[in-house]
Amino acid sequence: MTLNDWLFGRLTVQAALPFYSAIATAAASIVVVGALAVVVLLTKFRLWRPLWSEWLTSLDHKRIGIMYVVLALVMLSRAVVEAVMMRAQQAVSYDSPGYLPADHFAQLFTTHGTIMIFFMAMPFLTGIINYAMPLQIGARDVSFPLLNSVSLGLTAAGAALMMISLCIGRFSTGGWSGYPPFTELAFSPDVGPDYWIWAVTLSSIGSTLTGINFAVTIYKERAPGMHLFRMPLFCWTALCTSILMIFAMPPLTVATALLALDRYAGAHFFTNGGGGDVMNYINLFWLFGHPEVYILILPAFGVYSEVFSTFSAKALYGYRSLVYATMAIAVLSFTVWLHHFFTMGQGANVNAVFGIATMLIGIPTGVKIYDWLLTMFRGRIRFAVPLLFALGFILMFAIGGMTGIILANPGIDYQVHNTVFLVAHFHNVLIPGLLFGMLAAVQYWFPKAFGFRLNEKWGRTVFVLWTAGFLFAFMPLYALGLLGLPRRTVEYFQGAYRPWTLIAAFGALLLLLGLFAVGAWLFVSVRQRDDNRVPAGDPWNGRTLEWSMSAPPPEYNFAVRPRVTGRDQFMRDKLGGMAYLRPDEYEDIEIPLGSAVGPLLGIAGILCGFGLTWHIWWMAAGGLLLSIGTVIARSFVRETTRIVPAGEVRLQHEAWLGRLAMERPASRDQEIAPSNRGLALADGS
Amino acid sequence: MAAAPFWFALLLVVLSGCAQTGSSMLHPWGMVAAAQRDWLVIAVALMMIVVLPVFVMVPLFAWRYRRRGGRGVYRPNWTYARVLEYPIWGVPVLIVAALAVMVATRETDLDPYRPLPGAGAPLEIDVVALDWKFLFIYPKEHVASVGLLAIPRGRPVSFHLTSDATMQSFFIPALGSQIYAMAGMETQLHLRADRDGVLDGENTQYNGADFQNEHVRVEVVPDASFARFLAECRVAGRVLDPSSYRMLAVRDTLVKAKAAFGLPPDGRLLFGDVQPGLFASIIAKYHPGDRTMRMAGQAE
Repeated sequence: MTLNDWLFGRLTVQAALPFYSAIATAAASIVVVGALAVVVLLTKFRLWRPLWSEWLTSLDHKRIGIMYVVLALVMLSRAVVEAVMMRAQQAVSYDSPGYLPADHFAQLFTTHGTIMIFFMAMPFLTGIINYAMPLQIGARDVSFPLLNSVSLGLTAAGAALMMISLCIGRFSTGGWSGYPPFTELAFSPDVGPDYWIWAVTLSSIGSTLTGINFAVTIYKERAPGMHLFRMPLFCWTALCTSILMIFAMPPLTVATALLALDRYAGAHFFTNGGGGDVMNYINLFWLFGHPEVYILILPAFGVYSEVFSTFSAKALYGYRSLVYATMAIAVLSFTVWLHHFFTMGQGANVNAVFGIATMLIGIPTGVKIYDWLLTMFRGRIRFAVPLLFALGFILMFAIGGMTGIILANPGIDYQVHNTVFLVAHFHNVLIPGLLFGMLAAVQYWFPKAFGFRLNEKWGRTVFVLWTAGFLFAFMPLYALGLLGLPRRTVEYFQGAYRPWTLIAAFGALLLLLGLFAVGAWLFVSVRQRDDNRVPAGDPWNGRTLEWSMSAPPPEYNFAVRPRVTGRDQFMRDKLGGMAYLRPDEYEDIEIPLGSAVGPLLGIAGILCGFGLTWHIWWMAAGGLLLSIGTVIARSFVRETTRIVPAGEVRLQHEAWLGRLAMERPASRDQEIAPSNRGLALADGS
Repeated sequence: MAAAPFWFALLLVVLSGCAQTGSSMLHPWGMVAAAQRDWLVIAVALMMIVVLPVFVMVPLFAWRYRRRGGRGVYRPNWTYARVLEYPIWGVPVLIVAALAVMVATRETDLDPYRPLPGAGAPLEIDVVALDWKFLFIYPKEHVASVGLLAIPRGRPVSFHLTSDATMQSFFIPALGSQIYAMAGMETQLHLRADRDGVLDGENTQYNGADFQNEHVRVEVVPDASFARFLAECRVAGRVLDPSSYRMLAVRDTLVKAKAAFGLPPDGRLLFGDVQPGLFASIIAKYHPGDRTMRMAGQAE
């Protein structure tokens, strides 16, 4: 072993630099220039210190939530661009190699899927739950604030590995599911699958910890009187998602760890020979993978429940039904994983059992859709942006659910499995399902988080572009799938596919515009923030506890812990004239001090992952030592919390109550006007 | 909106109109694909019972109960009606029950492992998935072909599949089901072609750089022509033995494989003689410790 090997492992100039295609070089340049621009801006505006002390090391669940969402939006941008590149490739690759080399195309579908699931969807929903759930249950923070920061650090480390892989070396070509034996050394000897393994492993550990944290928070931190059956539905979906995370993420961690043993230690868990069995990987992966899709969709269901209720000015219809349906989906989600591989050669009866189990999920899902419909029934509906997303969701999700049940028929699945029909289906449930839910959540809770409303016109533009883009991009894929086009193909030879791929490319272009619109939406809103301030904190005439405090909320959330007597407590208080009361007494509030443990573990994760990927053992060991050292050092820290004295809480709270008294209540007709200062007219609608 | 079944039927017609002949289930070439298409239509029709009301009620409710100018009554505390719970839970339960009965009763019919009826005894074909081409061995006829599959019309075909490389999924859309081929394992697939023609077969499981070119020319021919195909194989004079198999199994494109055997890219790579037991030995080599497997390989 030469010194060079020891220092750099498999990392050589040739292997590392992304000069295998002009497009890859350009992409890497954008990442590098972007990162440099961030560094320059942070330095120029002297933001390093506040970034570190107020954000990165913060243990405040609200800030951690916001950082998760920022991470998700950054990763969303990359993955959407990748999607557009793939659609553009297929639009021009009828009997022609197109503009992307096959290997680059394969990296694109792998990174697109991996990012969208692990580094867009998961951080997005984790961020939204992080922000809203503790406020909704009347908690001051999550149960384990430090663990929360560690989860974020690990997830961000995985995302960082994804970004590094764009600049140094190549990524896996094995798809987001990373099936062996293709991802074994025999067929993928390069470092691509290693990048994938470590990025996904970091993210899966982060998500397991998040699940534990959220579930314990919901069980232990609810305000007095907040019985489980008084929780807002979003909290129920957060609870179910957390439980799913706890049980579903470990199989993934195990699967990637075993695959790593195959690749690093010469083991034979999933190799062709030596007693390995790919079927074990596939089972383990989907034992995670199927609950995962409900991890993704349930929080969005929760958001829609809040949105339908709030913007119909009406309590949720069939609350208990919705809770039972959510629970049923969570339980059933563990019983259906086999439908991802009906074509693996198991018997007809096994397939039938799993097919029927899958269809059973359609029942609670159908119930939910009707409960939301009946929430609108006899309401007073305001077509605010979140509700537009919710309406678009219901209509398009009905189609996605239907194609899901089609796929659950083993007999039909034998035909459409592995075709773009499947691709159309899961985008149909994830874009109008998950992504619309998250965008609705942004529009809905943004004013709470930042103290001003987002621009409605741009919000509507985002909705229109994403809806049209989705329909144009993915409806043709249903047709293409029925016509037999396999997924992940860089080139095709049937003229019949051509028109559909062109339509799909047009849709992808609309989605790209939709992405720009998201940027414009945020940018314009920030510029107009002074016209849209809602310091009173209740811009939508909200029903649940998070609207009862200032916007943005104080670090300790509730000056006095609320007493809960029923569902939609804040609406009850407003209607009963009990909202914004001056409490008799205040008490000291203990809040966590910031900590560098989360970011340090994230850095350790990057070092470890990068070192392992390139066989730079000193770096991997260094990362591991750093993480162990960080944890040990933390155990010596005695002062982990600080006390906000009752007097200070009183001052802040009474100052806010004083400002409230000067605000004019806004009716729902003024909802998107500057006169909506976040104090809602308590007329019930 | 209420005309969705009509639109769906129209879509299928339009789709099958522009489908190239022999490329998909919308133009079924065999009984399995035809059954799958019919099942698809029935399943969609059944689910319309739940989906259509959503398409009607969402716009209707949104309009009727809109804040400005809506004419619906406002009942902010109306949150539950027992009488509605029955259809809300009952209708989806009934539909899923109907679909479940369909799955339970028809799944065995469409089971890829189930032999199909037809003219004559099933034609046995052993399929070896290689990177990036399919090898077809006709064990009874002692011939083999690569990237080319000839089958007689009307006669059921019984495929036995394995892989000597990555996991792949063998699929002839116009004929019916697909099934995985995995190293060291054997899967089965039964298909029957009912019309003459040239169909497209493909691997649908991504397996590397030349995945998109891993297609199979499937020739469905009358019995007489099938006999001519067998003769064509024998005339080609190549022998598929361990050494020629090693040439085939090199991880490379079909075109390269043909070149290795001195054929142009559009040439037909056929073998007139196949060493007995080759297929079993390809599976057995992944089980070096398993004596029964090895014996089976030798006995064949």
